[in-house]
Amino acid sequence: MTAPLMKRPPMPAQTGVWVGIGAITMSFAAYSSALIVRQGASPDWVHFTLPPILFLNTLVVLASSATLFLARSYFGAMASSSDSPHAEAEGPPSWLYFTIVLGALFLIGQILAWRNLAGQGLSLASGPSSAFFYLLTAVHGLHLLGGLAGLAYVVYRIRRSSALHAVTSYKAASLYWHFMTVLWLYLFAILVTRI
Amino acid sequence: MTSPASNHSAHSQGFWRKYVFSLDHKVIGRQYLDLSLVAVTTGMILSWLMRLHLAWPTRSIPGLGAVASEAAGGIITPEYYLSLMTMHGTIMVFFVLTTAPFAGFGNFILPIQIGAEDMAFPRFNMMSFWVTFVAFIVLIAAFFVPEGPPLSGWTAYAPLSAVGKDSGPGQGWGQTLWVISIGIFCIAQLLGSLNFIATTLDLRTKGMTLARMPFSTWAWFITSVIGLIAFSVLLPACVLLLLDRVAGTSFFIPAGLVISDKLQPHAGGSPLLWQHLFWFFGHPEVYIAILPGFGIVSHILPAVTRKPLLGPRVLIACMIAIAFLSYTVWGHHMFMSGMNPFSATVFSVPTLIITIPAAISTLLWIGTLYGARMRLNTAALFCLGFVSVFVSGGISGFFLAQPAIDSYLHGTYFVVGHFHFVMGVASMFGIFAGLYFWFPKMFGRMMSETLGKWHFMLTFIGVYCIFMPMHYLGLAGNVRRYSAFTVDYMKGSIPLHRFITVAALFTGAAQLIFFYNLFRSRFWGPPAPENPWEATSLEWITSSPPPHDNFGGQHPVVYHGPNEYGVAGRDGDYIMQTSSEPEPAKVAS
Repeated sequence: MTAPLMKRPPMPAQTGVWVGIGAITMSFAAYSSALIVRQGASPDWVHFTLPPILFLNTLVVLASSATLFLARSYFGAMASSSDSPHAEAEGPPSWLYFTIVLGALFLIGQILAWRNLAGQGLSLASGPSSAFFYLLTAVHGLHLLGGLAGLAYVVYRIRRSSALHAVTSYKAASLYWHFMTVLWLYLFAILVTRI
Repeated sequence: MTSPASNHSAHSQGFWRKYVFSLDHKVIGRQYLDLSLVAVTTGMILSWLMRLHLAWPTRSIPGLGAVASEAAGGIITPEYYLSLMTMHGTIMVFFVLTTAPFAGFGNFILPIQIGAEDMAFPRFNMMSFWVTFVAFIVLIAAFFVPEGPPLSGWTAYAPLSAVGKDSGPGQGWGQTLWVISIGIFCIAQLLGSLNFIATTLDLRTKGMTLARMPFSTWAWFITSVIGLIAFSVLLPACVLLLLDRVAGTSFFIPAGLVISDKLQPHAGGSPLLWQHLFWFFGHPEVYIAILPGFGIVSHILPAVTRKPLLGPRVLIACMIAIAFLSYTVWGHHMFMSGMNPFSATVFSVPTLIITIPAAISTLLWIGTLYGARMRLNTAALFCLGFVSVFVSGGISGFFLAQPAIDSYLHGTYFVVGHFHFVMGVASMFGIFAGLYFWFPKMFGRMMSETLGKWHFMLTFIGVYCIFMPMHYLGLAGNVRRYSAFTVDYMKGSIPLHRFITVAALFTGAAQLIFFYNLFRSRFWGPPAPENPWEATSLEWITSSPPPHDNFGGQHPVVYHGPNEYGVAGRDGDYIMQTSSEPEPAKVAS
């Protein structure tokens, strides 16, 4: 084991996440093009004011990426000292827990946005713009839930197994999580400009 | 190499873990093949029912009335005919042509060919099979719901597929189950494709560079990239369609639509949007079905001709070109949708261009055959059959690629003949070639060559008798998707339809030879040696069948490409990929 762990060639887990990012990008490209086609297909597209909480949610998800990035130094230290048994005695870093909490807050915020929309009388069936709003946020939320599961798995790995596995799962899970943030920024831009 | 795959080889092997929820890619590959065997039998029976009705529209089919209430007295109604057609197409395309050559053989062979112990993510692999299985059960359940199976075709065109039971029997729960089934199937394929890609990129053994990968592994790798992109688009399409059906949205249903005298409570949707999303998946799907066949044939041909495959890098470049172009041609399925003639021309050009890499591949296979002293075993025969039907079906593609000609032929049997040859039969021949070739490796026993050759001959003659006449029917204006041709101007086609029906029954009966051979050889065939075909790739250096971790704790090291045939090697006229001997001069022929 000569090369430092953080600079190893990509592991299958990370390759898998990259490939998954490709697939998710394709499916959101499909949703977006469906939105554009549907908006142009007939004059029943209703513009409505986005729930203000979405701006807060955007800040929350950005903050979650930042906290996850701050956890990086912990894993760097873990990787470089992986040969010494003491490194594994510590628990997961608090930045990781912050990220999980912020992720959960984001999901709660999205549900509040739905309630706001429902309060305005906008449902899935009431029109194409609200249908796409619910659809895009729900599908993104489901994917983000997968990201939360990934982070929980990193916590499990730190508690249960070797430094190598913890670092590998951290790299894969954080790659996915940052992608979820970028994906939300893209969707938010679509929602702001189109709805 | 540390990988998730290396963790599980020490697992204890209880019955459930070993045979049912196995993490072993070899067991999962066989499970996929078993599932597709059930699926292909079901799909074939459905096609017989359709053929019998087309040939003798007024005759009762004995026993059918008892199992299907939609066909009272054994007479198939026009609606039930469409249901049979829908289920036949869906089962065959998704659960046979996608499942067997890609997921089935790919799972079993790919990790061994690159020298890996297993797939990169064995748990995902197990999940992808069982999710596929659930998708199949959900689809088959559509036969048993009160209104019967859906009738909007395997393409499920909206708004027919979107509005619910007002639009016909089977369009209630049957169609909903169809959408759910295909959505689930997408998830399974995405998991599978992800696994194939990560495995090929990360788990290759020492010395197995990309250039030394066998052609079949290349084909599965490229197919998994196509599948990843295509199923990523079909899944959103299925979500939108399902919402239109159950949640009252209007993505695909236009305003003011009146069906069965009822104004539909939807407005503003675009039926064409479904066609775009579906065919963006649907055309690449054709290549998902056929490219594994390309790989299998290219892998087997050198072993049976005892010559290196002509232009190995060109072949790989052709497969990559086909994969790329497959995403630019979907509009050729929509020439008749009222699209702008300029758009039709734009889609026609790449459609014609894609024939170039396909034709080059064919020429490479034929060039490899030139001057070869072939070992004409059953796998070799099916490779020849593959090339034959691929060319026969491919040529009719030239006609259909041109919008002006397609406008006449699109709704006719010409199209049915075309895609059954080039997508259905060619892929099936690829599957058969792969099965006869790899059966010894998979089950440790040899299949009967005599029975195999009979199976090939009868099937080869049979499929030409079925699908060649369809081209003539189409040119004569015989429309497709009709349940019977009893009106005056189409009556003249009935004798030819009877001939096709007899040929279909005959070809189906010939498959009994295959089934008999398969089951007899599985249990009582002569034991297979390690390398019965004297082939070069890594699956032939391990025992038949391979041990749980494929190489018995060894990590093979690769020194040669897979194409070293016709040389003076240590063991004969070939060099194993793992042989450390230097490459000798070619044998003068």
